[in-house]
Amino acid sequence: MSNLLIMPILIPLFTGIILIFFANSIKVQRYISGFSALLAIAVSAVLATQVYNDGIQTMNVSNWEAPFGITLVSDMLSALLVLTTSVIAAACLFYSFRSIGEDREKFYYYSIFNFLIVGVNGAFTTGDIFNLFVFFEVMLMASYVLLVLGGTKIQLRESIKYILVNVISSALFVISVAFLYSVVGTLNMAHISVRIAEAGNHGILTVIAVLFLIVFGLKGAIFPLYFWLPGSYYAPPAPVMALFGALLTKVGVYSIIRTYTLFFPHDIFTHDLLQVLSILTIVAGVIGAIAFNDIKKIIIYNIIIAVGVILFGVSIMTKESMTGSVFYLIHDMVIKAALFLIIGIIAKLAGTADLRKMGGLINKYPGLGWTFFIAALALAGIPPLSGFVGKLLIVRSGFESASFWGSGIVLMSSLFVLFSVMKIFMGAFWGSERAFKDEEKVPVKGLLAAPAILTAIAVLYGLGTEAIYPVISLAAETLTNPDIYINAVLKE
Amino acid sequence: MEILMSFLIGILFMTATYLMLSKSLLRIIIGTGLLSHGAHLLILTMGGLKRGAAPLLGEHAKSYVDPLPQALILTAIVISFGVTSFFLVLAYRAYQELGTDNMDRLRGKEGHE
Amino acid sequence: MMKTNDIILQTVTKVTLFVIILFSIYLFFTGHYHPGGGFIGGLMSSGAIVLLLLAYDIKTVTAILPVDYKKMIGAGLLFSAGTGTGALIAGKPFLTHAYTYVSLPLLGKTSLHTAVLFDTGVFLVVIGVTMTIIQTIGESE
Repeated sequence: MSNLLIMPILIPLFTGIILIFFANSIKVQRYISGFSALLAIAVSAVLATQVYNDGIQTMNVSNWEAPFGITLVSDMLSALLVLTTSVIAAACLFYSFRSIGEDREKFYYYSIFNFLIVGVNGAFTTGDIFNLFVFFEVMLMASYVLLVLGGTKIQLRESIKYILVNVISSALFVISVAFLYSVVGTLNMAHISVRIAEAGNHGILTVIAVLFLIVFGLKGAIFPLYFWLPGSYYAPPAPVMALFGALLTKVGVYSIIRTYTLFFPHDIFTHDLLQVLSILTIVAGVIGAIAFNDIKKIIIYNIIIAVGVILFGVSIMTKESMTGSVFYLIHDMVIKAALFLIIGIIAKLAGTADLRKMGGLINKYPGLGWTFFIAALALAGIPPLSGFVGKLLIVRSGFESASFWGSGIVLMSSLFVLFSVMKIFMGAFWGSERAFKDEEKVPVKGLLAAPAILTAIAVLYGLGTEAIYPVISLAAETLTNPDIYINAVLKE
Repeated sequence: MEILMSFLIGILFMTATYLMLSKSLLRIIIGTGLLSHGAHLLILTMGGLKRGAAPLLGEHAKSYVDPLPQALILTAIVISFGVTSFFLVLAYRAYQELGTDNMDRLRGKEGHE
Repeated sequence: MMKTNDIILQTVTKVTLFVIILFSIYLFFTGHYHPGGGFIGGLMSSGAIVLLLLAYDIKTVTAILPVDYKKMIGAGLLFSAGTGTGALIAGKPFLTHAYTYVSLPLLGKTSLHTAVLFDTGVFLVVIGVTMTIIQTIGESE
């Protein structure tokens, strides 16, 4: 038993609550939330080292024994994701200080921001399927508010659709949990895994697996269910977009990874389905990414491509592909946050997100340009940057398990990703200089700090692959061998 | 009894789907409310319907009702209460700002303000 | 606009308001062993305030109850989360509750449970949230 693993949930929770009382004093809000964001990074780093050294950490909330109460479980994967979340949250927070505007700050922006982190960290940490639903809802509620905060017309319009989609998917989540409960009679994820293994291969379990895929696929934006994402993510300001793009979809992806490795590791049909869908996701994302001339849209469609790549690795289900997926998942969270923040600066400078109306930024803002360039190369997976190792492992294990089509498409997608981001680089930074209207008002240097740090982390992540490999490999070990997770929770 | 409940849940889902496919925003919100009612009843039915004492208290009863579905429903009700009320306020604000509650007119062109 | 005559509603409200509030407090305390609890009690209390809003108008009600409902949400959350965190200080897992039994005059054996503090938080949050929603819609009219 260790109370440490609940701290990444409690710190933002208390910060969010306390900030409600300081709605009018922006300075106090900034100091408190900045301090707590740094504290959260420190605590999650300690947690990650503890998990690495001592194995999986568990905590039975309110002292109810494991299969009966809610258990929080921190294995290597969730500890790493919590750490990444804390880093990204801090970066987005410091970026918000300079860009989000006083109206939003007074309207509980920082509180809601922290509640979103509570939901995300909670979803990564919990070991109970219904508790996962609750943390999903915490996260979604916060995201509804963040999406609509500011109240412009496009935000109101898009958040209606976003909420509707998520309300329906939440109802489906409850339905699938109800079906699962009627079959296995438990909600503890480790216990469910044991019971499903005992029950053998029933048709109803496949139905539940597909239902879960629909629920998490709606959140994680896989192929037929990503339709809402480009519109909704387009509406909010840059730091919120970065949070959504880096964290929310990844929570869906994490949940697919968790349920599919723990509950349904031997269900052939669902893994084939997942593989086909992930390939289609990549194709759909690529089409969007190269079709648009809008810088926000291009990066948004890149989220969809990344989701496809990660899930393709998961669907192969070997240790190597899992390692690749985890590698790529963490890389993608960091780099997407960095890119969204940079795109936010560019769009603000140019006063538009349309690529055809900008150009020549490199002379005035070389720092911005080269940071974007490095981040773009990392996104496409140019060695030795961070995207490379993950993709290499995924593709290699794909060829080994004879998924030639899928691996080929993953490889091809890298080229298209590179093309789409280079299109932004060439369009926005090259070409003849143009004068923009509100250019002088944008504090580029101050804003650039957060994405530059994130990009630096991504570069170090790529260069230090040798050092990080054992940690990631430990995370993949738990995923491919559910017994480790089960034994840690149920202590049999 | 379970079969009767299944029919009821089916009718709720059917009505909810019908309402959510309509154009008026208010009907859609009522539809989501019905959908979550259906889901809650489904949890209750899936836990098994039986007669018995209230769970946990009173140790001498012969049979107990499963407490877990009830706890789940309570949680889900509170959540859907929150979401529905937020949705209603949002719909009202959107109606004021955008001047319509017709989903067709809320479509918006890709990437335009 | 001509003001409607709602003298009946106002008179009835004056009486029933206290009955409703009392009943909500009863529901809150009985929730420990029987149906009831912070959520239902809070809903009933906010129902009473909404009745007051219907009978009078928003200005009168804010004069009677000068409460910032958003801060009330914060206070409630602080209560609930604080109760859970108290267990951390004692070295127990999060949300572990402590309880004891005391003998009170008239009431006899009564249980004393930290869950009451948690439920007080829920009670406050529910009132805060409900009233914030009603005010948001009501004020813009």
